Amino acid sequence: MINEILKILENDARTTPQKIATMTDSTPAKVSKLIKKAEKDGTILKYKTVVNWEKAGDEQVNALIEVRVAPQRDVGFDALAERIYRFPEARSLYLVSGTYDLLVLVTGKTMHEVADFVTKKLALIEGVHGTTTHFLLKKYKEDGEILAGGEETKRQPVIL
Amino acid sequence: MPRKKPDITAKRVNRITPSGIRRFFDLVASMEGVISLGVGEPDFATPWHIREAAIYSLEKGYTMYTSNLGMPELRRELSRHLKDKYGLDYDPATELLITVGVSEGVDLATRAILDPGDEVIMADPGYVSYHSCVSLAGGKPVMVPTSEKENFELGAGDIEKRVTDKTKAILIGYPANPTGAVMSRDKLAKIAEVARRHGLMVISDEIYSSLVYGVEHTCAATLPKMKESTILLGGFSKAYAMTGWRIGYAAGSKDIIAAMFKIHQYTIMCAPTMGQVAAIEALKSGDDSVSEMVEDYNRRRLFMVKGLNKIGLPCFEPRGAFYAFPSIKATGLSSEEFAERLLMEEKVAVVPGSAFGECGEGYIRCCYATSLADIEEALARMGRFVKRCKG
Repeated sequence: MINEILKILENDARTTPQKIATMTDSTPAKVSKLIKKAEKDGTILKYKTVVNWEKAGDEQVNALIEVRVAPQRDVGFDALAERIYRFPEARSLYLVSGTYDLLVLVTGKTMHEVADFVTKKLALIEGVHGTTTHFLLKKYKEDGEILAGGEETKRQPVIL
Repeated sequence: MPRKKPDITAKRVNRITPSGIRRFFDLVASMEGVISLGVGEPDFATPWHIREAAIYSLEKGYTMYTSNLGMPELRRELSRHLKDKYGLDYDPATELLITVGVSEGVDLATRAILDPGDEVIMADPGYVSYHSCVSLAGGKPVMVPTSEKENFELGAGDIEKRVTDKTKAILIGYPANPTGAVMSRDKLAKIAEVARRHGLMVISDEIYSSLVYGVEHTCAATLPKMKESTILLGGFSKAYAMTGWRIGYAAGSKDIIAAMFKIHQYTIMCAPTMGQVAAIEALKSGDDSVSEMVEDYNRRRLFMVKGLNKIGLPCFEPRGAFYAFPSIKATGLSSEEFAERLLMEEKVAVVPGSAFGECGEGYIRCCYATSLADIEEALARMGRFVKRCKG
């Protein structure tokens, strides 16, 4: 039941408990209760809006930064990861397998701002051995949404 | 003396009445800003992995005819699919035929078994092509009224009453267009008994077999001793959102398939090659996409049915396909008047039930394979309209 609700909310966070109840053959009270519970136990983290900032005329600069680090005794990668994700510039942070360890998505207003963050903050953290910065050139799809003109279905208005 | 000029068109074609609501369709097409609940296809585009497989095949140059029966790999996959889904064994070499949608399947099946004057029993209301295909094949459609009270299921007793010396087959199509009805296994078994008792063929159009909600679909060929006398028609259009690809299939006994094949090879040659490639991919790995779409339809189904009931259009619970079939009798309008006025006054398109037979009068078909936002807006507009009619 809660997974069904989560699927609906993930697609449109504004769907009212009333509507969700109709679609899941439940009652609004029951749905609200389950949502409250999911909010409380951290299953639902936050409700957000997917914005196409380019269209809003407020361009951002995004970069994916590969970070190679030395894991530390007892805490592994976690302590270093925390030192990085505490920076508000780091929008997302992942520990990954492969030739580097951490992948950081950094957002800034200008290229200069992002570069500053990497060279003056990230690269200087103790335990960080090296970084490779990839500036994003174009966003095609984000969070499952196609940004560059989605597809239109062109159906005939009436078909028997 | 000059001979009398013959009619340009054949009598058997002239006998088919052009759809009475053609004018209504043209009206819908000419208007802007219409929310249409009048469609009969998914609102999803074909899942990308299926489209991608077809694109790749085009790049590789798979653009020639295939075997008349359909690509061997597709028939093998289909045979496996029917085995997995229903436990049915169909020999891919002799008992399966790939058709241009179920539409061709209905045409082939009726032409393959009917002699002039042979009768075919079917439900009213029912899908529009059944009736016409039987007539075009020289047969006579015999309609069995079904009603909301009986969940629009066909009654075995009602069928048996209409069996004559001329009866050749029973044509069923469940889950049903336009009603969304699903036949229970018990009731279907009783129809199968009637068919056996009188030596009738069963033509079963199961295009919507994957789109059922909270109930099981029963394949007619799985009923006791029915595999030999069932022509099972299925396809990819509705389950995999592949309407435009035009791929369907017929499964049946060797003799029946051979007869259908004779017509198919001279009239069609083979189903479109790229469509067949796409169908192979759909059968190999399309199941996840189907269950996702079914989940999504189910949410909209509940939303639509509850919404219709709320605005005063009582609606029996459709358990299959993607149609709701509410009664509009309380408005005092005929289904055609209702559809036309709703279109003109509120810009919502629905299909009058009368398009599907006399027993469809008093109902409208509303397709919920459309965005939730559109369903919501359509319901609001219909609510206003119904209020005015009843007012």
